[in-house]
Amino acid sequence: MPKVLPMAKLVTASQFPDPDTAYLTLVEARRHLSDAEAAELDTKLVLILANHVGDLEVLREAIALAKAAK
Amino acid sequence: MTNIHKSIYRYDYRRSSDQDAAAIVRRPVVVVGAGPVGLATAIDLALHDVPVVLIDDADRIGEGSRGICWSKRTLEILDRLGIGEHLVAQGVTWKLGKVFRGDELLFSFDLLPEEGHKMPAFINLQQYYLEKALVDRALELHPLELRWKHRLTGLDRLNDGVRLTIDTPDGPYRLDADWLIAADGARSTARRLLGLDFAGVTFEDKFLIADVRMAAEFPTERRFWFMPTFHSGQSALMHRQPDNVWRIDLQLGPDADPVVEQEPERVRARLDKVLKAHPYELEWVSVYTFNCRRLDRFVHDQVIFIGDAAHQVSPFGARGANSGIQDAENLAWKLAAVLKGEGGSALIASYDSERIQAADENIGHSTRSTDFMSPHSTAERRLRDAVLALAPTAEFARRMVNSGRLSLPAVYDTPLSTPDTTPFAGTAKLGAPLPDAPLTRAGGSATHLLENLRGGFALIHAKNGVAFDGVAGGAAPRAFDGVALTVIGEDLFEREGKFTQRLDATPGATYLVRPDQHLCARWRSFDAATVRHAHQRALAR
Repeated sequence: MPKVLPMAKLVTASQFPDPDTAYLTLVEARRHLSDAEAAELDTKLVLILANHVGDLEVLREAIALAKAAK
Repeated sequence: MTNIHKSIYRYDYRRSSDQDAAAIVRRPVVVVGAGPVGLATAIDLALHDVPVVLIDDADRIGEGSRGICWSKRTLEILDRLGIGEHLVAQGVTWKLGKVFRGDELLFSFDLLPEEGHKMPAFINLQQYYLEKALVDRALELHPLELRWKHRLTGLDRLNDGVRLTIDTPDGPYRLDADWLIAADGARSTARRLLGLDFAGVTFEDKFLIADVRMAAEFPTERRFWFMPTFHSGQSALMHRQPDNVWRIDLQLGPDADPVVEQEPERVRARLDKVLKAHPYELEWVSVYTFNCRRLDRFVHDQVIFIGDAAHQVSPFGARGANSGIQDAENLAWKLAAVLKGEGGSALIASYDSERIQAADENIGHSTRSTDFMSPHSTAERRLRDAVLALAPTAEFARRMVNSGRLSLPAVYDTPLSTPDTTPFAGTAKLGAPLPDAPLTRAGGSATHLLENLRGGFALIHAKNGVAFDGVAGGAAPRAFDGVALTVIGEDLFEREGKFTQRLDATPGATYLVRPDQHLCARWRSFDAATVRHAHQRALAR
C-alpha cells in the first residue's frame, strides 16, 4: 500500500467568479501609491488575510508556494 | 505610417443625379463611412428594403494594417448578409490561444470548446479583404448606392432630419436625410461637426505593429508572450493571416519614439530577433497608442453614431471592428422597422441603451487587459509579475493572467425582451444571440439553425407540445405579419440533440427571435396572443 500523504490544505484553484475584477481591485488599491506605500499596504494585507484564514498549516503552505514561484 | 506593400482596390468617383437636381433631394438614410461598419449597416438596411446612400471620402480600400480577427458572432452576422462562407474560406480559422512567460508556456485556451456551430470561434483575415467582400455584396443590392469621393463637410439639423453638405471632385452639393448614420471612424467628421465630446483614457504605452510575409511553419494559433526572451519590451503577440502574412505586435513602452521606431532598419533589427533565421518581407509597419472612450450617447436626434465613431477600445481582445459590426446589426433592423412604421420610436433609444451596454463591457475588458499588460507603476508591475510567477503552479493566478479577453457578444438587459415565466436550462439566454445548432432540412441535407433565420422576426416551435387548452397536438402555431414560423420536426429536424439541449427545447417550446438573431421571448407552449404581445414589445410598441 502506498503511503498516503497528508492532503495539502491550501486552495490554489481559482475561487473568484470573476478573477479579472479581483485582480483589478488589487491594482486599484495601489494606484498612485509610492513604492514604499505599496509595500506597506501589501504587508498589512498579508497580516489581515492571514488572520482571516486563521490556519497555521495553510499559512505555511502559502509561504512555501510563494517562495517556490520564481 | 509606412506602407511598404500595398494591396488596394480602387473605385471610381461617379456624379450622382442628386448633384444635378433642381431642389435638394431627400433620402431616408445616409451612411457616412464605407469601412466594415458602414458597409455592414448599409447592406443590412438594403436587405430590409430600405433605400440607403453610403458616402466615403476615399476612392479606395486596402491601405494599412487594421482589424484582422473576426469573431464568431461577427461571422454569423456576415453570413446573414451573404458573405460569411466566402470569408471563412478565405480566412485562417483558429480557436487556440497560447500564453507564454519568457519561453515557458503558461497555459493555452480553446475559444470554441463545443461542436455544432456553423461559424468558427475566429478567423484571421486582413481588413481589406473583408471590405472588398462587403463592397462586392453592396454592389449587388439595388436599394444601396455607394458614392466614393463624396466627403461630408457640413451638417445642419432640420426639424425632422439633417441637411448634409457633401464635397466632391465636381464641387459641393446638399442632401437631406431622415437619418444620418455616422460610421466615419475614430476621427469622425460627423462627431466634430456636432461638437461632441469624446473623452476617455489614453494609454501611454506604444506598440509596434508589423505585418511580415514569410513561409513559416508556426502553428495557427494566437501566441502571446509576457517578457519574451526575443524582445526587450513587456509583451509580444504573433498571429497568422492569409497569404503567408504574420501579424507581429511588440510592446515598446511609453518612451519609444514613433518616428525612429518605424525606420525599416530598426524594425528589422527587432524582427530578426523574433523570427530568428526565417527570411521575411515587411508588408506594413506602424506604431500606435490607444484609447478607451465612448460618446455619452450614440443617438443624437436624427444622427446615430456607430462603430469607432461612437466608441474606441484597445486592440487586445478583438473588440473594435467586431463590436462595430454588432452595432450595425443592432441598428439596421430597428431603423428599418421605424422607417416602415412597424416599430415605435423607442426602438432607436434601445439601440442606444443596448449598444452602450456592449461598449461599456468592451471598454471594461479592454481597460483591464491593458492594465495587466502595461502596469502604471513599479508597485503595479510587481503585482503583475507575481501573478505571472505563480501562474505555473497556482490555477487562481493563471485565471488572472490577461492577454486580452477575446470578444464575445453582449447579453442585452433590454425592455425589448419579455421576461421568462418558466425557467429554461441550456445555453440560450434572453437578450443574447441564439446559440447555433446543427439541424437537417426536410430533404435530408445538413444545415444549421442560424442560417435559417435571415432578417425578420422568427418564431421557432418544437413540435408535439401540449396546447394551452391542455390537448396534445392542439392549437397549431402559426406565422404572423412580419414573423416567420419554423417548426422543428416539420421544417427542420434535430440532428445531434444539440438544438434541444442548447435551447432546452421540450415539446411545444416556442421561441421568438429578433431580426438580429437575439432571443427576446420563450415559452413552454404556443399561445397566439402571448406571442403577438411579445412581438409588439420587441418592436417597442
